[in-house]
Amino acid sequence: MSAILPIWSLTQREIVRFLRQRSRVTGAFAQPIIFWVLFGVGLSGSFRMPGAAEGGLSYQAYFIPGIAAMIVLFTAIFSSISVIQDRNEGFMQGVLAAPVPRSSLVLGKIMGGTLLAFVQALLFIGLALLLKATGLVTLEFSLSLGRFVASCLLILLMGLGLCGLGFFFAWRLDSVQGFHAIMSVLLFPMWLMSGAFFPSEGSGWLKWIIAINPMTYGVAGLRRIMFPESSAALPSLAVCFAVTALFAVVMVTIDTLLARRPQT
Amino acid sequence: MTSSPAVVIAGLRHSYGEREALAGVGFELAEGEVFGLLGPNGGGKTTLFRILATLLPVQTGTATILGHNVATEPDAVRRVIGVTFQSPSLDPKLSVRENLKFHGMLYGLTGAALASRIDELLSRLGMADRAKDLAETLSGGLKRRVEIAKSLLHGPRVLLLDEPSTGLDPGARHDLWTYLSQLRAESRVTVLVTTHLMEEAERCDRLGILDRGQLVGLGTPAELRGSIGGDVVTLETGDADALAAAIREKFGIEPQRFGGALRIERTAGHELIRDVVGALGEQIKSASLGKPTLEDVFIQRTGHKFWDDSEPVVDPKKKSKKH
Repeated sequence: MSAILPIWSLTQREIVRFLRQRSRVTGAFAQPIIFWVLFGVGLSGSFRMPGAAEGGLSYQAYFIPGIAAMIVLFTAIFSSISVIQDRNEGFMQGVLAAPVPRSSLVLGKIMGGTLLAFVQALLFIGLALLLKATGLVTLEFSLSLGRFVASCLLILLMGLGLCGLGFFFAWRLDSVQGFHAIMSVLLFPMWLMSGAFFPSEGSGWLKWIIAINPMTYGVAGLRRIMFPESSAALPSLAVCFAVTALFAVVMVTIDTLLARRPQT
Repeated sequence: MTSSPAVVIAGLRHSYGEREALAGVGFELAEGEVFGLLGPNGGGKTTLFRILATLLPVQTGTATILGHNVATEPDAVRRVIGVTFQSPSLDPKLSVRENLKFHGMLYGLTGAALASRIDELLSRLGMADRAKDLAETLSGGLKRRVEIAKSLLHGPRVLLLDEPSTGLDPGARHDLWTYLSQLRAESRVTVLVTTHLMEEAERCDRLGILDRGQLVGLGTPAELRGSIGGDVVTLETGDADALAAAIREKFGIEPQRFGGALRIERTAGHELIRDVVGALGEQIKSASLGKPTLEDVFIQRTGHKFWDDSEPVVDPKKKSKKH
């Protein structure tokens, strides 16, 4: 009990804070749609799903898991930036001086970001399904209830892992600018190299980068759940879930150890 | 003094690399007392404060709060202390009530008990009508009040306040101190407050003066003032060196120097003024005689004026707040 209430407190705060910042809300919902539409239109001509010469996936459909992953990544980035802001604005010192287990602090912060990412990703998937239902766009995309639940689970696990990764970097930084560097050289490339944007079939070193990128397994898992018939080359669903869950557990553990260290 | 002190600090040392911020500090706080920690910036106040608030590790020495060791039982300490930081700790995007609610939950408070506790504190601090306002829309004084409410939510028995009147106008400062006295009278809360304002120091039961990491004065304001012999004579002059030399020669007294002024502690200061002005009148711009104030005590104990920041002071915990 004494560990859960603080988690819920910090999680709730993240959500209230998010909803209160109008521009953040607008940006969070508009940006993925803009990316989806623009890249979809721009790349649909030059893009061919391998092994699917006819009747294959349109880029719009191919890009859905990638956009879902991008939503999770960007929300994780915002959540991590708020770790730095909490420290600079002074909010964090109040939490640190409270009898809160450091694991609760980490989980509260990470779960706030994860839930926000989750809801946004669901809204995006819902929008895609809605567009299909209205017949405005032809999308080869549908989800059974079971597949929907599996997607939700995987998105939550991805959220924990990515928010945890962001926390790891943000905890020791005292400037948002410093975090932007991490974002551009590590986090954003992680998304590009995850199969979200283009099929992960590079050769040589690129292949290795894709293989060791934990985000690859989240994206591949979503793709397997959403488009099972055109995912033959991807890791199995069990591997995707296992790697994504393991990454989340490892990140939360590392973050907790980090937060336990005294702040000198 | 009661038999069981609320706070015991013994042999506390702390260094940031080469720089020693605390060089062996020890004192005790009786339960229910308001103790003021006085000192210049960089004197070690904030370091001591952060150690007591469990935010800095104890390097050497011990600190105990209500019998709980700060180093080995930080959680037990955190439950009994309420902390008001010098820099704000409110979330500007949350309302006053939300700030208090989320903070209360960190202490295990919840539901109706938490809600009524928040209502009680808000009305006591005269903030009931601002509960729904976002913290960022409040004035500095009102924000401070919310900070205080935040630190009192869980009914702490020891209150740590770091420069609580920073950014407060005199009226708000007065209210704050009235409230602190009330609190102490009603619930025997022990208060440790750091300050650099002499008028605040006057309102404390006891004071400790911290300078260059050492406790250079300890006692009630009256005791400290009484430690200075009688009167304080201040002489303004154009050439302090020459005047000091002349006084040394003629009267056998070693004056303290502060910029263009000399300072002498004396019983029967009026006689000294008469003699000095009579003998060296042409060198003196003005002469004044006063009863010792806490500022005089401070000057005497530390050898420098309160606002004398001539020596560069680096506080590694001061991070830039704006980005």
